Amino acid sequence: MIIISEAPFDPGALLNEFQANHPEAGAAVAFTGMVRSTPDRPITALILECYPELAQNEIATIRSAAIARFNLIDAAVLHRYGRLVPGEPIMQVITLASHRQAAFDGAQYLMDYLKTDAPFWKQEDTAAGTEWVEAKLADDAARDRWR
Amino acid sequence: MKILYFAWLRERLNRASDDVSPPAEVQTLADLIVWLRANDEALDLAMANPKQFKLSKNARIVPWETPIADADTIAILPPMTGG
Repeated sequence: MIIISEAPFDPGALLNEFQANHPEAGAAVAFTGMVRSTPDRPITALILECYPELAQNEIATIRSAAIARFNLIDAAVLHRYGRLVPGEPIMQVITLASHRQAAFDGAQYLMDYLKTDAPFWKQEDTAAGTEWVEAKLADDAARDRWR
Repeated sequence: MKILYFAWLRERLNRASDDVSPPAEVQTLADLIVWLRANDEALDLAMANPKQFKLSKNARIVPWETPIADADTIAILPPMTGG
C-alpha cells in the first residue's frame, strides 16, 4: 500500500487496518514522522512540496526493494504533503514480517531511503518567515549503510 | 520538452516549468542541463553545485547520462527532505 495525499490520517487506524489483513505476520513495526516544534525553534507550520507522480514511482521501487531484501510479508508507506501544523503526522511506514528483526530492519531501510530519495521538500513557517529545510549529510550516510 | 522545477529552485526561478526546444546536439540529460544553464543565468547560478540535483525523466529518477527526446517531461530535483 502506498498513499501520497494531502489529507490528514490516523496512524493508529492505519496500523490496525493493515495488520488485520495479514494474520500470517508475527511482527509489525510502525514508524510515524510528526511535525516538530520546540521552544528554541518554534514553527507554526511545515509545508511539504511534492512531485506526486514521481513520489508514487520512487516509493514503489523502494518498497519493493525492502520487501525483497528483508523478506517482508507486506509494507505500507503513507506520506502527506501540503500544509501541516505541529503535532500532526507527516508520514507512516509499516512493515509486516514473520519475526521482529526483519520488520525493524525493513522499516529503517524504508525510512532511510524515503528521507533522501522520495521527492518531498519541507519548508518551515516561523515567526521570522518561511525557510526551506536543508538536506542533511547524515541522512545520506544513513541510506548508504544499506548499499 | 517540458522542464519542471521544484522547491527552492522553483522559487529562485519564479516559475514551476518551462517548455523548451533544445537543438539536436542535446542528446542526454547532462547535455540538456549544460544547454539550459547556458541560456538562463538564474538557473546557471542556482545550479552552481550541479551534482546535488537529481533528474527525472517521465516521472522516473534516472542517471544524468540518460538519452532524452522531445516528448519527455524532465524534472530538476533539489536535494530531497521528506520523511
